[in-house]
Amino acid sequence: MSDALTVGLQKRVQDTAGYLRRLGTRIYNSRESYYLLAPYAILFTTFTIIPVLMSMGLSFTYYNILEPPKWVGWLNYVNLLLNDEIFIIAVQNTLLFALFSGLVGYLMALLFAWMINELPAKIRSVFVLIFYAPTVTFATFTIFQIIFSGDAQGIFNAKLIEFGIIQQPINWLYDPNYMKYVVIAVLLWMSLGINFLAFIAGLQGVDRSLYEAGYIDGIKNRWQELWYITLPSMKPQLMFGAVMSITTSFTMMFQIVMLVGDPSTDYAAHTIVAHLQDYGYRRFDMGYASAIATLLFLMMVFLNKGVQRLLKKVGT
Amino acid sequence: MAQKHARGVFGNLSNLVFLLLMAGIFMFPLVFIIARAFMPLDELLRFPPLFFPRNPTFQNFVDLANLMAGSWVPFGRYIFNTVFITVVGSFGHIMVASLAAYVLAKHKFPGATAMFTIVIFSLMFAPQVTMIPNYLILTRLRFIDTYWALIIPAFALPIGLFLMKQFMEQLHDSLLESAKIDGANELTIFMVIAMPMVKPAWLTLMIISVQQMWNMDGRSYIFTEQYKMLPIAFQQIVQGGIARTGPAAVNVLVMLIVPLTVFLINQARMVETMATSGLKE
Repeated sequence: MSDALTVGLQKRVQDTAGYLRRLGTRIYNSRESYYLLAPYAILFTTFTIIPVLMSMGLSFTYYNILEPPKWVGWLNYVNLLLNDEIFIIAVQNTLLFALFSGLVGYLMALLFAWMINELPAKIRSVFVLIFYAPTVTFATFTIFQIIFSGDAQGIFNAKLIEFGIIQQPINWLYDPNYMKYVVIAVLLWMSLGINFLAFIAGLQGVDRSLYEAGYIDGIKNRWQELWYITLPSMKPQLMFGAVMSITTSFTMMFQIVMLVGDPSTDYAAHTIVAHLQDYGYRRFDMGYASAIATLLFLMMVFLNKGVQRLLKKVGT
Repeated sequence: MAQKHARGVFGNLSNLVFLLLMAGIFMFPLVFIIARAFMPLDELLRFPPLFFPRNPTFQNFVDLANLMAGSWVPFGRYIFNTVFITVVGSFGHIMVASLAAYVLAKHKFPGATAMFTIVIFSLMFAPQVTMIPNYLILTRLRFIDTYWALIIPAFALPIGLFLMKQFMEQLHDSLLESAKIDGANELTIFMVIAMPMVKPAWLTLMIISVQQMWNMDGRSYIFTEQYKMLPIAFQQIVQGGIARTGPAAVNVLVMLIVPLTVFLINQARMVETMATSGLKE
């Protein structure tokens, strides 16, 4: 019995040693890859991985930036989930905004890119310019602020009154009943950004001979063509767009804060990141802010997994 | 076009009408920005507000130029600062991230998948809380209050690697293999074969990167007035009150022009590449 055990153990040790040796050889053989990766890897570790790990660590502390952090265990998380009503509002709003700017924005970028793609090159460039231009600078928000302003400057109110649709100006940006809709409208207005460009570049890279082949294989209409040929060929770009949509739609805050103020009236357009900013840089509770960031991170990672799984089904 | 299933005339027409309608909506903010830059002050503050200027004027441009000329740090310095970090930062980002993307997409080695997953996940961590740790690291490196605090971290932003890797994956292995057989080393293959083939990708990345760097205000890391960035300088001017509404309107236009120009140039070059690369039609 004990012999068998020894033999089994020995075999296990040998297996592990063999695996490690093979891994070592593989690592040694791919040393050139590591050299080439090194510049990025070193900078990325220094300026992204280490700060993120430090923040995650801080989420278990009380840290007011001036004094050294004090360990508090899970306290920040407990308070966040059980005692912070405003955080719950922030989560709801973030999900609502992400649904529009993320999901609707993603589909819009794809639809527009696809429609534009079939136009002659010159006309296509003009359309791309027009759709992309609003996202070029943060300054666009100051313009939306003027458009939807509730005072004498507000051109949207002025036009509505002129056409007799409303009798009195509406405070679009500060009235809790309306501000969400304005935020959603503006987010959609500015949703044809990075994704849109990636989709256009991706559509252009689709191998044209695939369409000929598909025709022979019995593709019947343009929708089948899109689903079975075009979309599968640009899967990497679809994946990129999905991740970027999730990231930007969950972490944008500047945009919303610039429109409706920080905090917005009755927290009606409060978001998770606005909450984080509030605790981190106004109340100087970096530990709590880090806990918010970590929860947001987990939410996004989880969602990302789901979306990746959905995207795998494209073309099947 | 090469697609077998083209729309009918009706389909094409309704397609175009839809796009034109949407274009009208999307153009609105941009047109408004341009229109406001040419409005005299009394029209900017008029009630009911105007959409197009009635007496278009260059006065706002003159006012902004005068304010710029009067700043105690020569205004050219702010422009230089922002142009410098934009050029160096974007160039470095494209090179460093593309090289890493090429390796991750086309080499098989232990840890490649893990590395890529970490890069993607890092996109999802709110940058607001990593600012403090970053500040500590930049202090250690003595980068605080220098251009490097903005430039060096930009080299390794996750977005460049992600975008480039997605395009590099579509390169055919056979091309790279044949170059290797011809005796080219990896760096040559990357520069001479891979990069030209994914030109649309790095032209896109350049648009994104220039836009990010150009809008960077760097207020958390840079304190000496001479090293400050253009957005900060403009903010100082614009915050001068209601009398500066005119220059403020021009400032919006000025900040928009550089990223938009880069976009236009790259867009044109992209169309060119498509036409010659043989991938199309």
